[in-house]
Amino acid sequence: MATQTLIYLFVGLSFAMYIGIAIWSRAGSTKEFYVAGGGVNPVVNGMATAADWMSAASFISMAGLIAFLGYDGSVYLMGWTGGYVMLALLLAPYLRKFGQFTVPDFIGTRYYSKAARVVAVICLIFISFTYIAGQMRGVGIVFSRFLDVPINLGVIIGMGIVFVYAVLGGMKGITYTQVAQYCVLIFAYMVPAFFISFLVTGNPIPQLGLGSTVNDGSGMYVLERLDMVLQDLGFGPYTEGSKSMIDVFCITAALMIGTAGLPHVIVRFFTVPKASDARKSAGWALVFIALLYTTAPAVGAFARINFIDTVNEQSYADAPEWFSNWESNDLIAFSDKNGDGVMQYRSGEPFAGSPNFTGETGPSGERLVDNAPNADSTNEVYVDRDIMVLANPEIANLPGWVIALVAAGGLAAALSTAAGLLLVISSSISHDLLKRTFKPNISERGELMAARIAATAAIFVAGYLGIYPPGWVAQVVAFAFGLAAASLFPAIFMGIFSKRMNKEGAIAGMVTGLAFTFLYIAYFKLWSPEANVAANWFLGISPEGIGVIGMLLNFAVAIIVSRMTASPPIEVRQLIDSIRVPRGAGTASAH
Amino acid sequence: MSDDSSRTSGEDDHVTNDTEQAYWKANIRLLVTLMSIWFIVSFGAGILFRPFLDQFSLGGYPLGFWFAQQGSIYVFIVLIFFYTIRMKQIERTFDLDD
Repeated sequence: MATQTLIYLFVGLSFAMYIGIAIWSRAGSTKEFYVAGGGVNPVVNGMATAADWMSAASFISMAGLIAFLGYDGSVYLMGWTGGYVMLALLLAPYLRKFGQFTVPDFIGTRYYSKAARVVAVICLIFISFTYIAGQMRGVGIVFSRFLDVPINLGVIIGMGIVFVYAVLGGMKGITYTQVAQYCVLIFAYMVPAFFISFLVTGNPIPQLGLGSTVNDGSGMYVLERLDMVLQDLGFGPYTEGSKSMIDVFCITAALMIGTAGLPHVIVRFFTVPKASDARKSAGWALVFIALLYTTAPAVGAFARINFIDTVNEQSYADAPEWFSNWESNDLIAFSDKNGDGVMQYRSGEPFAGSPNFTGETGPSGERLVDNAPNADSTNEVYVDRDIMVLANPEIANLPGWVIALVAAGGLAAALSTAAGLLLVISSSISHDLLKRTFKPNISERGELMAARIAATAAIFVAGYLGIYPPGWVAQVVAFAFGLAAASLFPAIFMGIFSKRMNKEGAIAGMVTGLAFTFLYIAYFKLWSPEANVAANWFLGISPEGIGVIGMLLNFAVAIIVSRMTASPPIEVRQLIDSIRVPRGAGTASAH
Repeated sequence: MSDDSSRTSGEDDHVTNDTEQAYWKANIRLLVTLMSIWFIVSFGAGILFRPFLDQFSLGGYPLGFWFAQQGSIYVFIVLIFFYTIRMKQIERTFDLDD
């Protein structure tokens, strides 16, 4: 069967499955809509959390990032997994014992303040929309590459699918579709990884393959060979990276703490029956995430080796088929600076910016660009990092069904995260803003209706952001983690571990952390991007890592202010006592 | 479950008693130990001491690089499951399990 037919078949079947599950698990009450009834098995919830967490960025971009960053890519690997230790040990069981529906719910109740709740809602909505715009774009790109439709139509199809299971099923529908999506995405990720590991090293287990010798008879280890090849071409060694130690330290910490503070992840721990299940569930989530995250560095390294071997010093006329496939998708470009028709891949940019194709073809048949060539580098190949995972099966010459599988997996990853984010946005609006703040008399039915309307509206906003991606989205992904680390995490953490922390302290801390982190990132990413170099950074910390300093400021301000103001009332201290012990988390509804 | 049942259930044992305090102390002790290991394998072995550890190797992996891209993740998983099991024991000891 032709590859394109297989892709339609795999993607169509997986969509039919998601919609079927959504219809089977419709939500009938607000509790089912917000927390899936609270009776989800911890292993199942771990799987759903993994799908919720692993976005199009994890599936498509992470291995590519690591392939180009080498050791520096470790910030993502440790940052996005280490946060689960913090979640399991410091937050999840207590939030589950608290037993409400949303993150602002906890902050609003613990700090006995509508202002604190509204500040938390604002953080949550900002974080979630920043994140979701990228997801919808991801859906569009994967669709356009694999289904041969325009990107915008791809975004609209994605909106339609998410609409069915998020609006109809709420958290209950999302939980079970995410389980299905996890299975699709992990299978799709592992199959090509096994093949590639086997082809490069003879060992099919990628985690072991990365520590093995290359299969080419040279007897060199994979990482040794990569270090050597890259240095020959003018790059730095793969295993050393180029970021400063303090920056690697801070980015890793910001990603860890940000992960522990991301509302769409936290809310998944509200769905298990007991506080002890929340711990267990975080463990299972990490197992399922680690399967992909320990594979990604291997995929990245193998892809980089394969890429260099098949492209460098190869004449364009004999370039492999995938090269021109991705060239026609604007993700690869060849600018023949020395006019020899042979591709030289070296360190440095081939030309300024991303390729701007003129529509004409050069002497070797390559698509011409009118970007100003970069005279400082002899590099002639432009390659977008995202192709590393998507093109891997083609680079390694794998059969059509593997390519179809990767298409279905990429879509599963993007759709599951988009749905999780839509849900936290809609529940904050209907629950925290309507029910708890502005319209306390709303009926259960009314609240459920409001949640569905909010989810629908959020889908339209997300779709709009996917079709007309504002330039700032790519610039400000650091916001999502930095702000979660600097605002939500300290407020939740102190809410559990400090009985002395009061509303004045928490609000002052959140506002300080938020304002500092926001201004720092906005200054370097939006207002003066030309100033965004290490020499100008505070203590040498890049905007990606600044959330850690924001968090420290939050803690400091909160502690000082709380010491100067009245202790929290007695019922709040009793609430803290009650969330600290696991007994009595309330019964879960049966499924 | 209504919105508030989890907070109002068992109202009378909300005044902190000795058992709950001892339980909380045991929990904090365990937390500090495990979070220290968490810090040592990731920020320690993977970042601060990586240049030193990289002179040793594990198969084809420089050791510090292995901790940064593989090892710390495996340790994280072990930490969470160890915490899960140990907490269950502590809760049983103090008769506070769910």
